Amino acid sequence: MAATTRSHHETPTLTVAPAPKELEREPLVLNNRSLSWITATIAGIVEGKTPKWWWAFFIPSALVMSMCFGMIAYLISAGIGVWGLNQPVGWAWDITNFVFWIGIGHAGTLISAVLFLLRQKWRTSINRAAEAMTLFAVACAGIFPLIHVGRIWFAWWLFPIPNANNIWPQFRSPLLWDVFAVSTYGTVSLLFWYTGLVPDLATMRDRAKTKIRKFAYGFFALGWTGSNRHWSNYEKAYLLLAGISTPLVLSVHSIVSFDFAVSVVPGWHTTIFPPYFVAGAIFSGFGMVLTLMIPLRTVCKLHDLITIRHIDLMCKVTMATGSIVGYAYAMEFFIAWYGGNPYELYAFKNRAFGPYWWAYWSMVSCNVICPQLFWFKAIRQNVVIVFIISIFVNIGMWFERFVIIVTSLHRDYLPSSWGYFSPTPVDILTFVGSFGLFLTLFLLFMRFLPMIAISEVKGVTPQADPHHPLGGAKEGHH
Amino acid sequence: MSDTPKPYALLAEFETPADVMQAARAVRIAGFRRWDVHTPFPIHGMDGAMGIKNSKVGYFSFVGGVIGLTIGMSMIWFMNKYDYPIIVGGKPLFSPLFAFPVSYELTILLASFGTLLGMCFLNRLPKLYNPIFKSQRFARASDDRFFVVIEASDPKFSATETRKLLENLGSKSIELVED
Repeated sequence: MAATTRSHHETPTLTVAPAPKELEREPLVLNNRSLSWITATIAGIVEGKTPKWWWAFFIPSALVMSMCFGMIAYLISAGIGVWGLNQPVGWAWDITNFVFWIGIGHAGTLISAVLFLLRQKWRTSINRAAEAMTLFAVACAGIFPLIHVGRIWFAWWLFPIPNANNIWPQFRSPLLWDVFAVSTYGTVSLLFWYTGLVPDLATMRDRAKTKIRKFAYGFFALGWTGSNRHWSNYEKAYLLLAGISTPLVLSVHSIVSFDFAVSVVPGWHTTIFPPYFVAGAIFSGFGMVLTLMIPLRTVCKLHDLITIRHIDLMCKVTMATGSIVGYAYAMEFFIAWYGGNPYELYAFKNRAFGPYWWAYWSMVSCNVICPQLFWFKAIRQNVVIVFIISIFVNIGMWFERFVIIVTSLHRDYLPSSWGYFSPTPVDILTFVGSFGLFLTLFLLFMRFLPMIAISEVKGVTPQADPHHPLGGAKEGHH
Repeated sequence: MSDTPKPYALLAEFETPADVMQAARAVRIAGFRRWDVHTPFPIHGMDGAMGIKNSKVGYFSFVGGVIGLTIGMSMIWFMNKYDYPIIVGGKPLFSPLFAFPVSYELTILLASFGTLLGMCFLNRLPKLYNPIFKSQRFARASDDRFFVVIEASDPKFSATETRKLLENLGSKSIELVED
């Protein structure tokens, strides 16, 4: 009736506003894949025959890793003099590598915890691998402070363990705070990662064909049945762990920055360090996530799970944090001038135009200029260019730590204590070797564990929503 | 060990989240107590449909956090002020300010352990034996199927009546699992 009497002159007394056009969200899983497709695809990577490319990466990585251990053994047996550091540059590649690796870890926690709290559902297809990356990066990071102490057999004095000298660690030192921050970070990341893994390990157990697999996955799956009474506690625990990890990830790199900021060395003694380090850490971490994920989605054919949209979003985070880092570089210079401290100003002038000018400008071009290309959608969606830029981000962030540490130390107050640091082959090979350790662990992870959170990805598909037609909802029935 | 195995539970399979949600609502209204829903992922709104109260994991996290903070502060006080007092850089022997970073990390550390262990405790995990795994079909509970499980120990359980209820709720496959 209403339809037939409608005319231009007559306004009905009760108009029903047309339903607003629903904004289409790009789906997180492309091509409308079914739940069992998601299980089979992700679990299939682990269950299938070991591909040739895996060996092609694994064998060199394992060799490079052994080189790392060889270098460490040489360092311990010969002494710290095999490295290039000396007065006045007492910290060099060791601490640079430590901060570099620990920073990389931060993206994993950011993706798993902060993006979870912000309900960014796209995190589900990358969080597992990013968290694994965190763990392995923290493992690499942990090596360097441990071996840089010189007499490594006394490294346990860092921990509050009773010893024969009857003395205790000195808790006023930020270096000790760092011990607690990094070990807590490693442990909590492991707990969070494992919690997320439990339902997927149950999936692996239920699909396992051999006895050994069934036992191994079953052991770690703890007897998980997917019971909703369990999910209820599980989801609360996951939310709490995300809530706990968020202040943790912000605190860890703040405390790492205290190693520098609490000292009175010009170039280190700045209040901007904690936020600047955290932003830099997330920036470098996203760089590494992109470096790992782009080849991974190609070789494992995960284009429907790690979509262009995921890469686009990660590029945006990289650009945002890269801009914060650029702002911090500028602000450091401004404060060095505005603060009126001649030593501070000298340290910064020396940083940009002194003997290490090449390191400073490599850092600026990789960290500030390069990510600005991500303003363009065409670049964000071109995986090859994104991959190349992500490599530059990694390089730039290593240089950042090198610049902060070495340029601040190499010219002490008196010109008689000036020096120039050059790395020895042992320095270089240990650092290169740490990449071997990182890649070996990562390759083992992707061979034996589901590298995408199966249950979480299912949870964000329309098929999982009981109010969606694909989830079985009947028309008008809620 | 007796020769006649006792029934453990009735296992009803559903194909979509909406179906299992509707079934859960009906089973709760029917007044069952020892029953559960098994799904490959948490279904939004299922806690309400089943009548599950808010999880208590938070208490475990809180207790863990409080223990961590207390251990941190008292450990630093004991070590730097009481047992081995030595002045460094003219700083006080104890202050909650310099003790904060380490205590903060320990708060987070023990709160996380509290959360994970609390979750395991509330869920009674790890569980070494569960008769439900005897069902072949149940393997799909971690893949793409949804199950309602009503235990035989439930006072309202009856092998025929309960089966009929689950059939009426639209389950395509119902199985009796033995203990």
